[in-house]
Amino acid sequence: MLELVLKGSQRYWAWVIFLMALIGVGFIAYLYQLKVGLGITGMSRDVSWGLYIGQFTFLVGVAASAVTVVLPYYLHNYKKYGRIAVIGEFLAIASVLMCMLFIFVDLGQPMRVLNVLLHPTPNSIMFYDMIVLSGYLILNLLCGWVILTAEKKGAPPPKWIKPFLYIAICWAPSIHIVTAFLYQGLPGRDYWMTAIMAAKFLSSAFASGPALLVILCMIVRRFTNFDPGKEAIQTLAKTSAYFLLVTIGFYLFEVFTAFYSGIPSHQYSIIYLFKGLEGYTKLVPVMSICILLAAIGVIILVTPPLRKWEVTLAIGAAATFLCLWLEKGISLVVGGFIPNPFDKVFEYWPTIPETLITIGVWSVGFFVLTLLYKIAATVKEKAIFDKYGEKQVKT
Amino acid sequence: MYDGWKIIIGLLVFVGFVTLPFTLSIGKDYIKVDPKIDTPEIQKLPSAERKCVESKEFMRKEHMKMLIDWRDAVVREGKTLYVNSEGKSFNMSLQNTCMQCHSNKSKFCDECHNYLAVKPYCWDCHLEPKEDKKEARR
Amino acid sequence: MRIDRRQFLKILGIGAFIGVGGWSMFEVVSKREIEAFVERYKKVPEALQAKRWAMVIDLKKLDEKIMNDCIEICHRIHNVPALLNPKEEIKWIWKEKFKYVFPEMKDEYMPEEIKNKYVLVLCNHCENPPCVRVCPTKATFKRKDGIVMMDMHRCIGCRFCMAGCPYGARSFNWRDPRQYVKEENKEFPLRMKGVVEKCTFCYERIDRGLPPACVEVSKGAIVFGDITDPNSEVRKILASNFAIRRKPKLGTKPSIYYLL
Repeated sequence: MLELVLKGSQRYWAWVIFLMALIGVGFIAYLYQLKVGLGITGMSRDVSWGLYIGQFTFLVGVAASAVTVVLPYYLHNYKKYGRIAVIGEFLAIASVLMCMLFIFVDLGQPMRVLNVLLHPTPNSIMFYDMIVLSGYLILNLLCGWVILTAEKKGAPPPKWIKPFLYIAICWAPSIHIVTAFLYQGLPGRDYWMTAIMAAKFLSSAFASGPALLVILCMIVRRFTNFDPGKEAIQTLAKTSAYFLLVTIGFYLFEVFTAFYSGIPSHQYSIIYLFKGLEGYTKLVPVMSICILLAAIGVIILVTPPLRKWEVTLAIGAAATFLCLWLEKGISLVVGGFIPNPFDKVFEYWPTIPETLITIGVWSVGFFVLTLLYKIAATVKEKAIFDKYGEKQVKT
Repeated sequence: MYDGWKIIIGLLVFVGFVTLPFTLSIGKDYIKVDPKIDTPEIQKLPSAERKCVESKEFMRKEHMKMLIDWRDAVVREGKTLYVNSEGKSFNMSLQNTCMQCHSNKSKFCDECHNYLAVKPYCWDCHLEPKEDKKEARR
Repeated sequence: MRIDRRQFLKILGIGAFIGVGGWSMFEVVSKREIEAFVERYKKVPEALQAKRWAMVIDLKKLDEKIMNDCIEICHRIHNVPALLNPKEEIKWIWKEKFKYVFPEMKDEYMPEEIKNKYVLVLCNHCENPPCVRVCPTKATFKRKDGIVMMDMHRCIGCRFCMAGCPYGARSFNWRDPRQYVKEENKEFPLRMKGVVEKCTFCYERIDRGLPPACVEVSKGAIVFGDITDPNSEVRKILASNFAIRRKPKLGTKPSIYYLL
């Protein structure tokens, strides 16, 4: 099936070359970082994680969210998802790959990354994160590939894949729970040290992932003959809507706990993010946009006519995705480090090379995603009918 | 075989590329590796004490492993003494023991490491002895 | 049974993977055995021994000069770079105002001279160190004598320990520190870019029988000893004085005590 990526329209190649150019720029920026050190980023001794780890955290969520498609399809035989199950699985593959790359570019001594295997340390959550992430990558590669191959041959998927499908479904939440544990088990970082972190991670993942899938499905439908199906997109939008509401609720629980209890150390990060602390306000505009996007997302995704009209749906899905990206990809990590252990404020803002590297890694993800979707769409275009006898291609 | 000639040309290009290091060095001088242990510090020692912590053969083969074991013993276990096969003990330190005698890093370390294209990162952190510039350039 | 080319290549690939993987596992395991067998490494007899080292810092005896001396000697003998940019600063021991070191004790009616008094801060060498707990490679670990050590050779620079440390005691080498070391101490190494470093309680001095350098120049303001030994000076001071530790509610159990 791999050969399918080599035949495409001019538009396909233009997009692939565009992504490769971005990867190239990111790679050059990374070489610069490798030479000079992480000092080229905006991180400091007080805010020692930044954009990279934020992206990692966010993308683990996107990867885990494949379960919102796979679970209804395989466990509840929700037929409308038959066509997009593989779309979800392939998104997970690209996301996990990006997660790993973001961890890698964040390391000060990347050549020593295998020390994690050479000196395995079960008391470190990072150890489990490595296991669950690589396991999830393998599971999704296996399931996605085997099922798509079967579809290409016009045969039902082999029976032996079933246990792996069920394992993958159980595995998906684990990757994000473990990622939350990276944060919520740290003493002295009050913004993170909350048991609702894992739950909030999952809910925001299950809001942002389906929102992205809505957009991706629309793109696939627009540029290929494969049609993921209107109803599938609507169900994704509903999933996203519910979990967006849950996420906002969870955030407000946090705010209640911090401010009703009146414990200052629990309030500082939240005050910093939304109002600014001691005159430092770099993230306030980010959070204002985040609130605005959340409002747009909620209004569109919750109101049936707006959700059903695909123009507004696209806007709502994009708003939801961006809102949660700002929350988890930037403010969560940075906010946790402010104020520092001395109750002093040192701010963070990404630098240009850091941003280029980040764009480069995202481009790697989209590059892999494009190739995988190209394969999936071509296979599905040829299949014409799915196994439930419904048309897969646009008429 | 489909496209047989394409495969053969491809193979030829590949073989040519892989053997480049050999074909390019035809007719060139053979580089001789010549590590030196004749530092003033070693010359000063009475001839009976003029030997390394272990035998020359052992050091030649095992010095990298030994340095790593020394490192782990000092940093991780707080043990600083090395008792050699003759029962004599030494302070385990690259900077303060090894390089006290072998003060010619360029001729003692780099000579072979460069030849073999290995790049140990010892000197990213550890301080090398100051060498006479003329000596180093030779 | 006939196999086609595709299957042949698959089998070859899997075989090669298992072969190389198995062989390298064997290498690792056999290397471990050899390491365990050799017992040629010893402590020097004069090395200081303790079950858990601790420090008592007497704020009444600390003045500006003593603090500067402590910082100066520590940073000089350990080749700590003088990076002036606060973003990239590397600090093993430094001074910080009381109100920032003990933020939970901040009180509006506290005398100004206490609020703004400078206090020496360093790694707390916690009994229950979060940095050790989170390190994925055991690059930071607790020695048998309670010192929280850094193995700069093993650190991959993930900075999880910096997020884990509630005392801000850890510094990262955001760039190559060499050019920022003014005069190099030939007896101690430097660090490379991309690793985390911090106070090591002068392990290299303790293992040679000397107390930490800051203790030596503190003119009695810093007392150092084994806290598990009831007859040690540290214990005697703690038994008869009111001492505080930083952020005790976090359960990290710092080994650095402060006398007010």
